Formats: sequence, structure tokens, C-alpha cells
Amino acid sequence: MHIVICVKQVPDTETKIRVKDGQLDHSETKYVVNPYDEYAIEEGLRIKETLGEGKITLVSTGPERAKDALKSGLAVGADEAIHLLDKAFEGSDPYATALILSKALQKLDYDIVFCGKQGVDEDHAQVGIILAELLDIPHVSVVTELEISDDVRSVVTHREVEGGHAVVETSLPVVITAQKGLNEPRYASIKGIMAVKKKVIPEWNAAEIGVEENAVGVESARITFTEVTLPPDRAGCRVFDEDPAQDAAKVAHLLRDEAKIL
Amino acid sequence: MNLNLTDEQRMIQELARDFATDVLAPAAPIIDQTEEYPFDNCRKMGELGLMGIEVPEEDGGTGADTVSYVVALEEVSKACASTGTIMSVNNSLVCHGLVKCATPEQREEYLRPAASFERIGTFCLSEPEAGSDASSQRTRAVRDGDHYVVNGAKNFISSGGVADFHVVFCVTDPDAQPRHRGISCLLIDAETPGFSAGRPEKKLGIRAANTSALSFEDCTVPLSNRLGGEGEGFRLAMEVLDAGRIGIAAQALGIAQACLEASRDYAQEREQFGKPLAGHQAIQFMIADMATKTEAARLLTLKAAVKKHQKERYTLEAAMAKLYAAETAVWAANKAIQIHGGYGYIREYNVERYFRDAKITEIYEGTSEIQRMIIARYMLAD
Repeated sequence: MHIVICVKQVPDTETKIRVKDGQLDHSETKYVVNPYDEYAIEEGLRIKETLGEGKITLVSTGPERAKDALKSGLAVGADEAIHLLDKAFEGSDPYATALILSKALQKLDYDIVFCGKQGVDEDHAQVGIILAELLDIPHVSVVTELEISDDVRSVVTHREVEGGHAVVETSLPVVITAQKGLNEPRYASIKGIMAVKKKVIPEWNAAEIGVEENAVGVESARITFTEVTLPPDRAGCRVFDEDPAQDAAKVAHLLRDEAKIL
Repeated sequence: MNLNLTDEQRMIQELARDFATDVLAPAAPIIDQTEEYPFDNCRKMGELGLMGIEVPEEDGGTGADTVSYVVALEEVSKACASTGTIMSVNNSLVCHGLVKCATPEQREEYLRPAASFERIGTFCLSEPEAGSDASSQRTRAVRDGDHYVVNGAKNFISSGGVADFHVVFCVTDPDAQPRHRGISCLLIDAETPGFSAGRPEKKLGIRAANTSALSFEDCTVPLSNRLGGEGEGFRLAMEVLDAGRIGIAAQALGIAQACLEASRDYAQEREQFGKPLAGHQAIQFMIADMATKTEAARLLTLKAAVKKHQKERYTLEAAMAKLYAAETAVWAANKAIQIHGGYGYIREYNVERYFRDAKITEIYEGTSEIQRMIIARYMLAD
């Protein structure tokens, strides 16, 4: 069983978002492993432990600093990590990111590919699904429960749908995107952390995975950020404290006409 | 000189911070009141490797360095100083001495389970009549064939009432001159007939960290349970206390850092005279001083840690770090309450607990006065 987990390094949700000249200013950003990817890693570890065999490989595309995310994943117990690192990859949109990952995955034998259901930075929630299309294998997204069949050839998954959950069974190989609730990610152990330095994280560039440089990165992007702004400061509260019935009517009008949320 | 943490040290710091934030911080105000020893959290810390950080891998530890220990202990103590005491005692006083002197059999029997916190150990030096004057030991171990018979009392022993074994300093040669050459160290199991632990002491702070008096009445201890050579106990105790002082410095540092963060947050939230407290210079100056002293304490502690890891003498640096960090913690906790005003004096805010927890760091593992004596001895030596 070879489990490949796609990992993204994202700004810590507690980091203060700064905007400079209409673009995000990341000069003081602290980075972490995307929280949904932590569920993905944990599920990979649990599958390996349940089966009593298998290998977990982490794959990430991102700048040099993304190596820290791979090291964090190795520290909790992944076996190997590959850094897809090339100047040409920078600024890739979700499609190009999925393309880069798919080319790398084609060099690996995989049974299950996990992604977080979305990155908590740009929240596209697309990469895992596009990746499955490019690999031409099934996918199940927003998964909260997963069970491998006894013959290790299929999985039964539960996924969130409006007002309930759907149970989806599919053959392997498959792409699964992990949702909160799938499991409770473990802490790294110091032993795991100490073992990281003994591991080599190979870097694969565009040529190595056979991706055309102009097919990825800023040039290829189907999405561009034209401007980024911070949300406006919260306006002061308005207090209605006269006649309850009249106040209620006033509030209802304001919610419809001014706030436009009714 | 490079003051950046290595990848490994940073990851260990993050692990400790995550665990402390998620698990220890919510429990801290509760166990402070119930005085309940945090067995479960400490066992989890054992599984994560936080209880035997510098113990070599072959002995069941993680083989990480002293800086990793310091940064992890700071994070733990920032969330819960009681747990910080337990972690410090286990790593520095129990495991460090065993790493130094234990025989292969003692390593299997005591060090390995201590490093994972499956067996809890203590460090028994203090006696009712031997505090700062530690060489005045009265606990007596009389050799009788292939064992010692131990009689005496120890007090203020961290984890004394919950431990599985005790690292006990005893007089084996009452005629030795100087006296400290007659002291040896024995490993005594808690099940040994004649051993008993007193009721937990009612303390000002670190209330969840059990502290008990211990009594030994005709306890039979095999010779094979002597840690180090006969008469070498006092030297071992002093060496272990050097390591312990780095631990207490890190604990004090964690308390000081907690005071700084609580004060900073409160000063930005609370408004008086039409603006946040943080807008008043009197408060700004307190916070600036807190930040500066805390950082100075951190650098002293890290210097001692680096020297220890590089196997250089670090007695002076450990004494300075422990002295300065402890006094900074007490000072910062005092200021933190001042900034919080009446709210700081009640238990709704954590600074009241920080104030009570901080004080012990000026007392145990060598009072501030003992640290000054050590430092002065170095300064005034020929």
C-alpha cells in the first residue's frame, strides 16, 4: 500500500494578514501545514497502522520554505517526502498546481492519494479534484470517514452533503480530500523530529517530472489576483431600545434594505 | 555566534507549544485549585518524548540537546508551572543523574522507564535540617553484607508521594572529612518495606505538583542500587543540581513570558481614562521592562544550555540563569498583577496563579542567595 499525501504550506490562521499595494504582504507571516492536510496525513498513518504495512510519501509544491511543512509531516511519521521545487512553479493556480502534482504522481506507484479538502489560504478547494481528473482516477471529496475493504482494493467513504452524509464506495487508486472530523491528528514526537534530519528530501524540478515550464506558474494562470483588500473595520453597533414591536419592524427593514441580508 | 534555533529545536519548541496550548493551559487553573497531580498529561508528555529529552536514544530517551529541553520546558511552564516542575525534576534531577552514573542494569530498571515517565522518580537531597546546607545530611545508610540499611527523613520532595522510586542521598561514612565525602546515592523503590511518604504539602504555588516528606525506617537496599561510587554522592548531587538549575531557569522563564503575554493582551483590551491601558506610558514602561528582562533571562538560560551541551563547565552560567530568571519571574508576576489591577488579584485571571507559582523558583534547587554565593565564588576566585 503506497499512500501519497499532497501537502501545502499555508499561513498560520493566527498570523496577522497584511496588505501592501493591493497584494498580500507575507514578510512577517508564520507558516504551518495546511490544517486539512494534517487530517490527510493522520488518515494515511492510521491506514498504514491498521494494515500493518505500507509506505507514506508526502509531496509538496511550493518555495524553499515549504520544506518545513514536509519536515513536519515526516516528524509525525510519514516515511518519505518529495519537494517539487522550480522557479517555474511559482504563482501556479489550482489547475497548474494539480498538473504539477499529477506529473510527479505519475512517477510514483500509488494506491491512495490524500489531499486536504482545501488550502486555508486561498480556499479554492479544487486541487484534489482536478488532480484526480488529470490522473484519470476516481475521487471522493470532503471525506469524514474512511474504511478500506478487506481485500485492500476499494474504500468505503462518508462525505458531507447538505443536510446529511453520503456513503461512497470506490475502487483504488483514488484521490480522497480530507475534511475536519475525519480523525484527530496526533502530535509529532521528539523521536520523530529527531529522525527527520536523517531523511533526505529529494527536489524534483519541472524537467524531472516532465512538465512544460509555460504550462505552469504565473504565465499559465487562469486566475489572477487583481487586488487584495482587508475587510472594512467593523462599524459601531446601533441600539434600538424604545418600543419592542416598533424596534423589531425597524430592524427587519434595515436588515432588508440596508444590510441586504433578508 | 548564531542565535537562531536549529530546525530540530524549533520543531521541538512547536510541539511543546502545541501540546501546552491545547492540553496543559486549559487544565492549569483547574489543577491549581484541586491540587490534583497531572498523571495523564505527564504520561502523554512521556510518550511525546518530553520527559527524557536529553536521555540517549539507546536508553529510551530522544537524544535531543539542552537547548531543545530549555525551549520545550519554557513552553510547558508558560501554560502550567506545576507541570513544568514535574518535567524539570524528571528530566534534570532524575534522568540526568542516571545518565551520568547508572550501571547497565540500573539503566534498564530505572532510566528507561523514567525517560518515558512510566516510572516516576524523585531527587531526595533536602532534609528537615539540611536545606541550603546540603552536606549536613543525616539520613544514614549502614552497609550490611550485600545491602545497605537506610534510616532517615527527607522533606519537600517533588513527586515524593506519587513516585515509584527515589534517588536518595545518604551518609555512608559519618567520619569522612570533609563531611560531603561520606555521602553516597542510593536508588530506593517506593515498595521497599519501611519506606513511607507523608501527606502532600499545602503550598502557595505549583499546587498540582505533589510535594511530600519521606521517611525511611530500616529500608534494605541492595548494594547494586548504589548510583555511582561510595562517597561520590555529594559530587553527583551538585552536578545534577547544575543541570537542574537550567531547568528551573527555563521554568521561571516560562512564567515570566506568560506574565508578559497576559499583560500585553490585557493592556490592549482594557480602557481607562478614554484609552487602552497600552496608551499610558506608565503601563508601556512596565511592559517594556518585562520584555527586556525576560529576553535577558532567556539568553542567560540558553547560554548555560549551550555550554552544557558542548560539555563545558556551566556551573556559573546555570547559577546566573537560575538567579536572574527566577527573580525576573517574581518581578514580572508582581508587575502583571499591577497592570491587571483588581482583576489581577482575583482568580478569574491567570496572573494571580503566575504570582504564586513564580515564588518557588527563587527557593528550590538552590535559593537566590546560594546562586549569589556560587557566582561570587567564581568572581572572587584567585
